[in-house]
Amino acid sequence: MTSPLRRIGLRVIALGYLIVILVAPLALVFYRTFEDGIGPAWDALSTPETVNAFKLTLIITAIAVPLNTIFGIACGLAIVRRRFRGKGVVNALVDLPLALSPVVVGLSLFLLYGLDGWFGWLGDHGIQILFSLPAMVIATIFVSLPFVAREVVPTLREIGDEQEQAARTLGANSRQTFWRITLPAIRWAVIYGVVLTTARCLGEYGAVAVVSGRLQGETETATLRVEERYESFDLAGAYAISIVLALIAVLVLVAMTAIKPKEEAA
Amino acid sequence: MRRRFIVLALLAAAVASSVAAASTKDTRLSLVAYSTPREAYNQLIPEFQKTQPGNGVGFSQSYAASGDQTRAVKAGLNADVVALSLAPDVDELVAAGLVDAKWKRQSYRGMVTNSLVVFVVRDGNPKQIRGWSDLIRPRVQVVTPNPFTSGSARWNVMAAYGAQRKLGKTDKQAQGYLLKLFKNVVSQDKSARDSLQTFNAGRGDVLLAYENEALFAQSRGQKLPFVIPRSTILIENPIAVVKTSDHKAEANAFLRFLRTPAAQRTFAENGYRPVNKAVAREFTKRFPARPGQFTIEQLGLGGWERVQKRFFDPRTGVMARIERQVGGVTG
Amino acid sequence: MSTVDVASRPVRSVKLQSERASTALSLGLVTTYLTLIVGLPIAALVFESLNGGWAGFWEAVSSPEAVGALKLTLWTSIAVALLNAVLGTVTAWVLVRDSFRGKTLVNAIIDLPFALPTIVAGLTLLALYGPQSPVGINVAFTTTSIVLAMLFVTLPFVVRTVQPVLLELDQELEQAAKSLGASNWQTFRRVVFPNVLPGILSGVALAFAKAVGEFGSLVIITGNLPYKTQVSSVFIFSRIESGDRAGAAAVAVVLLAISFALLLSIGAIRHYATRHDRD
Repeated sequence: MTSPLRRIGLRVIALGYLIVILVAPLALVFYRTFEDGIGPAWDALSTPETVNAFKLTLIITAIAVPLNTIFGIACGLAIVRRRFRGKGVVNALVDLPLALSPVVVGLSLFLLYGLDGWFGWLGDHGIQILFSLPAMVIATIFVSLPFVAREVVPTLREIGDEQEQAARTLGANSRQTFWRITLPAIRWAVIYGVVLTTARCLGEYGAVAVVSGRLQGETETATLRVEERYESFDLAGAYAISIVLALIAVLVLVAMTAIKPKEEAA
Repeated sequence: MRRRFIVLALLAAAVASSVAAASTKDTRLSLVAYSTPREAYNQLIPEFQKTQPGNGVGFSQSYAASGDQTRAVKAGLNADVVALSLAPDVDELVAAGLVDAKWKRQSYRGMVTNSLVVFVVRDGNPKQIRGWSDLIRPRVQVVTPNPFTSGSARWNVMAAYGAQRKLGKTDKQAQGYLLKLFKNVVSQDKSARDSLQTFNAGRGDVLLAYENEALFAQSRGQKLPFVIPRSTILIENPIAVVKTSDHKAEANAFLRFLRTPAAQRTFAENGYRPVNKAVAREFTKRFPARPGQFTIEQLGLGGWERVQKRFFDPRTGVMARIERQVGGVTG
Repeated sequence: MSTVDVASRPVRSVKLQSERASTALSLGLVTTYLTLIVGLPIAALVFESLNGGWAGFWEAVSSPEAVGALKLTLWTSIAVALLNAVLGTVTAWVLVRDSFRGKTLVNAIIDLPFALPTIVAGLTLLALYGPQSPVGINVAFTTTSIVLAMLFVTLPFVVRTVQPVLLELDQELEQAAKSLGASNWQTFRRVVFPNVLPGILSGVALAFAKAVGEFGSLVIITGNLPYKTQVSSVFIFSRIESGDRAGAAAVAVVLLAISFALLLSIGAIRHYATRHDRD
């Protein structure tokens, strides 16, 4: 296929890039975690606060990922297969959440749900959004919104809709077409989209920190525990929690890529 | 007939449940504090709970940067007691109608702990940094948090300015000093803890920090030798009860407890200078008094309210002008 | 002939009606979700930014510090997006088409910049490429450090948007081109690249947006020197900390507007580049 020289050249570029930008930092995180033995890492991970924090992170992730996945697939299908006015705007709007820094996300949620916010009156009716699970979920959904959609759109474009059209002429309805033809065709896009979304939800810190109120034992996520360990000069503990988050993300990737359908991809 | 019966039953249930609620003393105080006194309060809260007024009082705690906490409380974060890093943050809550303006009339003018601005230096102090004049020497690199991203960093600026005024310099000369100082600043991290990490990573010869932070870091095994300059500002940390609290009695009891000698000793063990003068005298070895020490009030500039406007207004403030000059921007 | 047509017409039109209904429904759901999750917060920001009127808005965004931070943020983000376009595509290619020991492991760690909290990312980059760098590379407190930190957090984007496209790409086309005498470069340029371009552009858009909004990992390693290494996200934070919510919102809105315009442009480029694929 490609000449061996070119192949090695590309490999060197890719691996060099990854080593400098990704592998070296990860290796350092591992090193710093276990620099003083397994003690500090274990201490940080085994406190009830940390365990509860992981639970909270997983709950938020378990809500945000499915919602964004459904949205991402529907949005991708709409953008690629349907004709409607304002498609370019919808396309750009999907990416826009990323351009907001966590500080700005927090500010906007305060403007909406704070005491003097647009929906501040909800508090008078006993509905607590800020400094409670709802705001943390909203913030997490916001920052991880685009990924499934972004993965699905180029793949849908690439595969074209001939197979779907063929299915239609054979009498399949929309639902059958979707589940039997479309979804399997975009499975890699959905898999990578879900993995990206999950990793993002696990690692979200800034926006959730602002809207959580950081109530010890109640609204602390794993990343907030990292901050707490950092503030206490327990860097090994902070890194240890981060490594567990990274491991969960890798596990999700492994699990999803292991669900290979019987027929292998081309 | 049936309707009347139902109404009576509901009334009875309502009365019964409210009686039940009143008889359980399940008070929960929400403490919203800035980030550094976490360890201290972890010790103080159980101590309070052992006292009679603290018996049966549960606590929910939140620790974050002082500015973040102020904004959170304004946005509706439930708080009974706010322990913030500097008075202007509490005043912001007063302006929002959440804290009584009379909070400054409490004992010790509403403060609960003190600290000082100090110079953290490298091991062995190779550049021999002892006083403010050393900071503006050529090739001395200074690390300080940015006074616009960190309210607490404003203590550093006022310490520098005030030390010059204490030497007899005029206002103009003191501002000139600030310009020279910031020309030597090589990093303006967003928070005190970040600037400490920057310093630890090898940047700079001296870090402007707070004594309690340096002591806390030392207690955590960080090697952070520091020098207290002859003239420096007394950092005063306020504490107040929130107006909308449902548990004002318990909250006030907690505040009173924090000013007792026992609690002040716990603060001292955690690196904070006690406001209680008698307890402070017990710790003179750990917390030497500096001859040129001053408070923000003693600078005669009208307190924090005037200082905020004059020095830290993002457009017209003295520091805004100085940052522009240092950054090479005209205007 | 006509009887057959008449007989088949009602069935098709019923199908078309349900198609249109499902289109309307799915489109409605998508736009509702977008409006609630994205539209509301941005609307709130726009309203807040005008709290001081147009004069206040203009004053906030035209200050030298705001403009300096904006310029720095934009050019570093664009540079990072372009770097990602090239390096990310190469990485995706190597991960899909090449095989070497440890490839599965490398593939598994690509998403980790997302999973790591930004505090950790920032500290690690500072330790590796700062004053105490074990490899002697010290770029901390310079604009290079901004690019470095942005590269870290945007690494997964182009790689992960190009990978699925490459996986679905029919290699027969390339083999056909080769057998017809095309060189490697020609094959890439004429066969592979046009198909992969939409994926690259998607990733580039994401990378640019993320770089513009990055905060946590940038904050320590850049030293945050105003007018020199202060990016917009930190400047906005300084406005919030100073109590100037409207000013902070104003700068955020300008940043968003510019990002939105660039995202629309990338979408237009993609639309143009794929015009031959559409019927």
